[in-house]
Amino acid sequence: MMSSRDAILGRIRRSLGTSEKDAPRLAAVRHRLAETPVNVVPARGQLPDAERVELFIRKAGEVFATVARLGSRDDIPAAVSEYLRDRNLPQAIRRGADARLANLPWEREAQLAVTVGPSAGQDLAGLSHADAGVAETGTVVLTSGADNPTTLNFLPDHHIVVVDTSTVTGDYETVWAGLRRRFGAGTMPRTVNLVTGPSRSADIEETLLLGAHGPRSLHILVVG
Amino acid sequence: MTTPKPQVGLFVTCLVDFFRPTVGFSAVKLLEDAGCEVSVPAAQTCCGQPAYNSGDRAGARALAEQVIALFETFDHVVVPSGSCAGMIKVHYPDLFSGEPGWRLRAERLAAKTHELTSFLVDVLGVAPLPVSWEGTATYHDSCSGLRELGVKAQPRRLLSAVDGLAIKEMRDPEACCGFGGTFCVKYDEISNAIVDRKTADIKSTGVDLLLSGDLGCLLNMAGKLKREGSRVEVRHVAEVLAGMATGPAIGEKTK
Amino acid sequence: MSGGLSSASFPKNAHAALANPPLLKAIAHIEETLVSGRRRAVDALPEFEALRDAGRDIKAHTLAHLDLYLEAFEKKVVEAGGFVHWAADAAEASRIVLDICQAAGARRVTKGKSMITEEVGLNAFLEANGITPVETDLGEYIIQLRGETPSHIIAPAVHVNKEQVAADFRRVHTKLDPLRNLEEPTSLLAEARGVLRERFLTADVGITGANFLVAETGSTVIVTNEGNGDLTQILPKTHIVLASIEKVVPTLEDVATIMRLLARSATGQEMSVYTTLSTGPRRAGDPDGPEAFHVVLLDNGRSAMLGTEFEDMLRCIRCGACINHCPVYRSVGGHAYGSVYPGPMGSVLTPSLQGLEKAAHLANASTLCGRCESVCPMRIPLPKMLRHWREKEFERHLTPKKARFGLAAWRFLAARPRLYGAVTRMAAWSLARLAGKDGALKQLPLASGWTRWRDLPAPEGGTFRTEWAKRGRK
Repeated sequence: MMSSRDAILGRIRRSLGTSEKDAPRLAAVRHRLAETPVNVVPARGQLPDAERVELFIRKAGEVFATVARLGSRDDIPAAVSEYLRDRNLPQAIRRGADARLANLPWEREAQLAVTVGPSAGQDLAGLSHADAGVAETGTVVLTSGADNPTTLNFLPDHHIVVVDTSTVTGDYETVWAGLRRRFGAGTMPRTVNLVTGPSRSADIEETLLLGAHGPRSLHILVVG
Repeated sequence: MTTPKPQVGLFVTCLVDFFRPTVGFSAVKLLEDAGCEVSVPAAQTCCGQPAYNSGDRAGARALAEQVIALFETFDHVVVPSGSCAGMIKVHYPDLFSGEPGWRLRAERLAAKTHELTSFLVDVLGVAPLPVSWEGTATYHDSCSGLRELGVKAQPRRLLSAVDGLAIKEMRDPEACCGFGGTFCVKYDEISNAIVDRKTADIKSTGVDLLLSGDLGCLLNMAGKLKREGSRVEVRHVAEVLAGMATGPAIGEKTK
Repeated sequence: MSGGLSSASFPKNAHAALANPPLLKAIAHIEETLVSGRRRAVDALPEFEALRDAGRDIKAHTLAHLDLYLEAFEKKVVEAGGFVHWAADAAEASRIVLDICQAAGARRVTKGKSMITEEVGLNAFLEANGITPVETDLGEYIIQLRGETPSHIIAPAVHVNKEQVAADFRRVHTKLDPLRNLEEPTSLLAEARGVLRERFLTADVGITGANFLVAETGSTVIVTNEGNGDLTQILPKTHIVLASIEKVVPTLEDVATIMRLLARSATGQEMSVYTTLSTGPRRAGDPDGPEAFHVVLLDNGRSAMLGTEFEDMLRCIRCGACINHCPVYRSVGGHAYGSVYPGPMGSVLTPSLQGLEKAAHLANASTLCGRCESVCPMRIPLPKMLRHWREKEFERHLTPKKARFGLAAWRFLAARPRLYGAVTRMAAWSLARLAGKDGALKQLPLASGWTRWRDLPAPEGGTFRTEWAKRGRK
């Protein structure tokens, strides 16, 4: 008996009036996958560095993220501590083992309990380091890996994300190019999360509510 | 030396022919004032739209042949209806796919067929003779005219020159009125729900007059407004532009 | 279909919907939220129309090479350590999912919002086989509690009001304080969050759909707002993606382009909160993520749409804009259609999936106003395809006899100008006389569908052509 795979592919080819050996079609597909042509990219994000970061911050604010600007990475522990204090949260944060977060002067915040590793759902606040920010829509881009648990992006009530200004791009296409440079063409980390604001739902009477299943608040620390 | 007058064939449409000849005469006046020689081929009946939209391609095709044969000799064909003009302009060529001879004739006719206000503004580029109408009006964008032919600014531009007339837009002038040809009787209850929203929008503007470019929509909205006891007058845009909005409005009592 | 609704009883369903004020009030929210939201988002992006062209072109290219992109996608999924399964129809898809669940020893399954699982009727099948599926999207959770199907593809519980949700929560969440306050949507959301959190953490398998399948990388992409889709796919040991074959796009660049259209068209957001690309199972050293990753590719009638007048429908990205802007949907809601997919896109798609006999008449439930096409991000000519179904229905003599007779009579008359002239002259004169000075008719036999709801404006008297001839004109 013919497998469903062959049956489906066969039906597609019959409907299209083609065969799997059709050379021009094969070439067209090979070309597109290899060249990854860019389509229409909005002008909105194509700005000089400082303005691009400004746009990123404005757009993140429009989708209910909060943003703090820090002059240096070393300010991150204090900013985390301050965020938790301002919201009357316990001085506790869970983060990944990412060196960008590990090599920070955490000892300056004596009250702050820092734990490392994935979340099992008990953490009120999580800290992640974004690979990029996208100015176009105020989006942060997070990739999974040994040092970057995906659960931290979704289970804690409060998600704090560090974005380096040098990684703020105008558009998603620049982010894709960066992923290809880092992981190799056609290769992806297990999970890439593009996060634009805190979790929300409008499923009850189309009323917009924040904090559905994911984080109730998204706080972005823009460094640099 | 004077250039010869453009020869215009008026496709009056079955609804105007039957319900409201005033619209036809208004269209003639507007065209003649603009320097056209207007003819109305007597053998015209229906453009075939009801058949086309009911899935009866053969029926639609038969009527399309009739219209093509009657009108193909004119310089322009003008229609005081967005949906009938759209039928000829957008859908006729599609009815003759695979028949090069007829297809060409259909395409030629399509190219010179125009909705009335679009013809006056986009093709002739003339301003109608000065007329006046004291009061406020709102304009309903009939679906086919708007979305198949891009009729939106033209009627408003012409109306802006009418002395004493102020246009007040509805919240959603582009929303369908629920007529939909045979839809309004096939799914009468839903059609009613749609026109109900439309008349609510019309009434909330507080205007004296509702205008549009398609008699089907106008009959539907006028009938609903009248049933609701509204005093909003309903007329085809050509009547006002031609200064012929003097008799009873659509569905209005005769004096 | 559940709830006793079927496509065949659309007029009856519509009648019931129109007599249901809470339903009408609930769907009226669409105007000030989704419709005006889309308008604002589109106005704020000058490139929107160019993006629509690009989106259409991407999908057209992909469909013309669909077999090759599916093979490329499959290869990349396997390279990343995942499994790809091919399902010819709904039954096979359900069977494959069940087999994976059983092999994983699963009892409890969480689900992200997925119209494809609705299409194949997955929940009922899993339940019948001893597996409990839990919908985790708030809207889907609500309708699952109510034993209903989605009435909208992106706002499944759009027909439900908050009082009904509160009543359902009290009925089902029996372990919670019966005196708790559930008046506000915020407390309802908080309760669902609490209840579902435990389900997320204890599920054995997570099932999601996909908005895109990326051939370049073997990634599946989901676009959500609540975060439930992500919790569904990262917490359980097994993640199953059920997606239809037309979801594949060539590259990440193509995802970016369509992403810019999707949320704007759907909810008026510039970007949904969570766009997640998943590629294979967890990697060596990863501290979380599923250990097994399966993609089930569903055909279910789609391959047969290629190369036909309905091929363009396969460009659909399920944004729901056509539904939100449809005057018919806005009058009766989604359940009246009796099909998984309501509104214009549903009326085009359903006959392809269910067969012409069962669903062709859905295509008649449209004014052909064309607003659906004017807002479709993929520029799908929906009215044209609705008309195609009407043609097929007519060709196969499925059109009701009365309508066929009416069309034949009209054609007979309209093809005979002299007779037509005489008949219309008589009729116009008679109606004008009948109306007298009233100018309109309150009732008219044979036109009761019209006069039941509105007056019929009377003809002026003589037909235009008679009056024209009287003036000696040609």
